[in-house]
Amino acid sequence: MHLSVNGVSKTFGDGRHAKLVLDDISFSIKSGEFVALVGSSGSGKSTVMRLIAGLERPSAGVIALDGKSVDGPGSDRGMVFQKYSLYPWMTAAQNVAFGMSLQGLPRALVRERTAYFLEVVGLQDAARRLPKELSGGMQQRVAIARALAADPKVVLLDEPFGALDLQIRETMQEFLYQLWQRSGITALLITHDLEEALLLAQRVHIMAPRPGRIVRTVEADLDRSNLAHLRVSPPFLELREELVTTLRNLDAAAI
Amino acid sequence: MRSSSSLAGALRNPWVLGPVGIASVLLIWSLISLSGTVDPLFLPSPPAVWQAAADQFHGGILVTDAIASIQRVFLGFALSAALALPLGIAMGSNPLICRLLEPLLGLIRYMPAPAFIPLLIIYFGLGELPKVLLIFIGTFFFNTLMIMDAVKFVPQELLETALTLGGRGLPILTRVVAPYIAPQVIDAYRINMASAWNLVIVAELVAANEGLGKRISLAQRFLRTDEIFVGLIVIGLIGLLIDLGFRALLRRSCRWAS
Repeated sequence: MHLSVNGVSKTFGDGRHAKLVLDDISFSIKSGEFVALVGSSGSGKSTVMRLIAGLERPSAGVIALDGKSVDGPGSDRGMVFQKYSLYPWMTAAQNVAFGMSLQGLPRALVRERTAYFLEVVGLQDAARRLPKELSGGMQQRVAIARALAADPKVVLLDEPFGALDLQIRETMQEFLYQLWQRSGITALLITHDLEEALLLAQRVHIMAPRPGRIVRTVEADLDRSNLAHLRVSPPFLELREELVTTLRNLDAAAI
Repeated sequence: MRSSSSLAGALRNPWVLGPVGIASVLLIWSLISLSGTVDPLFLPSPPAVWQAAADQFHGGILVTDAIASIQRVFLGFALSAALALPLGIAMGSNPLICRLLEPLLGLIRYMPAPAFIPLLIIYFGLGELPKVLLIFIGTFFFNTLMIMDAVKFVPQELLETALTLGGRGLPILTRVVAPYIAPQVIDAYRINMASAWNLVIVAELVAANEGLGKRISLAQRFLRTDEIFVGLIVIGLIGLLIDLGFRALLRRSCRWAS
């Protein structure tokens, strides 16, 4: 699996109202990698994700998955939204099964894989509950299970924990990291939270706003055997501090 | 303390205050007619109205009338609901169709349906068809526009999620849009059913052999205010039952929404 974003720009509107939101974005992800895009609001990071998902078209440049140019949404690029976007009339299990059933998988297989992915996210006991009966963290785990169950080549996570309380967010970060380690998925995480990005991703692209562009790429080569320790370890804090300064200077320059 | 909280509970219970309201009107009505200050020709007493209702019921007229009116409402409304659903969904999901039809429907919607009666009589005579069509005209445009609005407000993320899960056109319509709008569609039908029920009475006032509206206009000719009261009360009761039916359907089919 190889996802490449090559010289991608995006302009919204036209004529006098044209606004360049992304300027010449290039990066790539290989099988099994965990990559993060970090930036403040207005840096266009969510637009990058929507372009990769095929929900928007780039104004210039090419996005290709395994050499094939992306020209619309498809199940090879799974997506997890900030607001979970579970189907409120479906149970947790029905939500997880939805993608597979849209793709026409045989019923028995759908049932088996649904049970498997609910177990992967630790929600086998909540299978029959409706989204409104689940906590925010549980809802987001259902959304992640649903995205994984559709068997995508890459999972796009758009501020997945942005709506959660701080403590639950930390638990969910550990959950996501372990999930990535165990299942060998390929993940692209969009976040405004630098700590979250450094904690989880092997490579972090830092974006600046107006127009959105990648200003720095960091290989976060850290010992992730214990995330709780990593959060407070000196190398991690140093790196974080340095990048926070970078981001702050960018914002100051933009204002 | 306990008694005051159980009183508060009773006041919140819809089955307590509602009947109290109805009972007080009945009481005032009885007191006025007992006092003899109003001529019974204008205000028949509750027992007289009850008697008129019993007579009509035993004579079979009441049931025949009610069935005739209900049948017209259901035929006209079923036609309207069945056609409004696909059109409303098409307008809500396709901006081109919406731009083409919304001004037209918006215009016709403001033409009062009863104003079509003369035209319908010229075209289709005095039979059942013009009455059914009147109900159709009076509800179709509202149904369509309300369904269109419901479709427009389906959250974008729910549609985009389906797209990223491998969904396409028709399956997204039937498996995401349809279940999401179901509560609003049922509610639109419930609201517009009330105007259907109004219109059938109007149609029967103009021309009909039987029906609750027809009975009222006949009663007027013979100054039978008691029968007019019977007609009004029965019309109200049937309307209320239909409304309650829709509400029950709404609760049952849309538990996820509350």
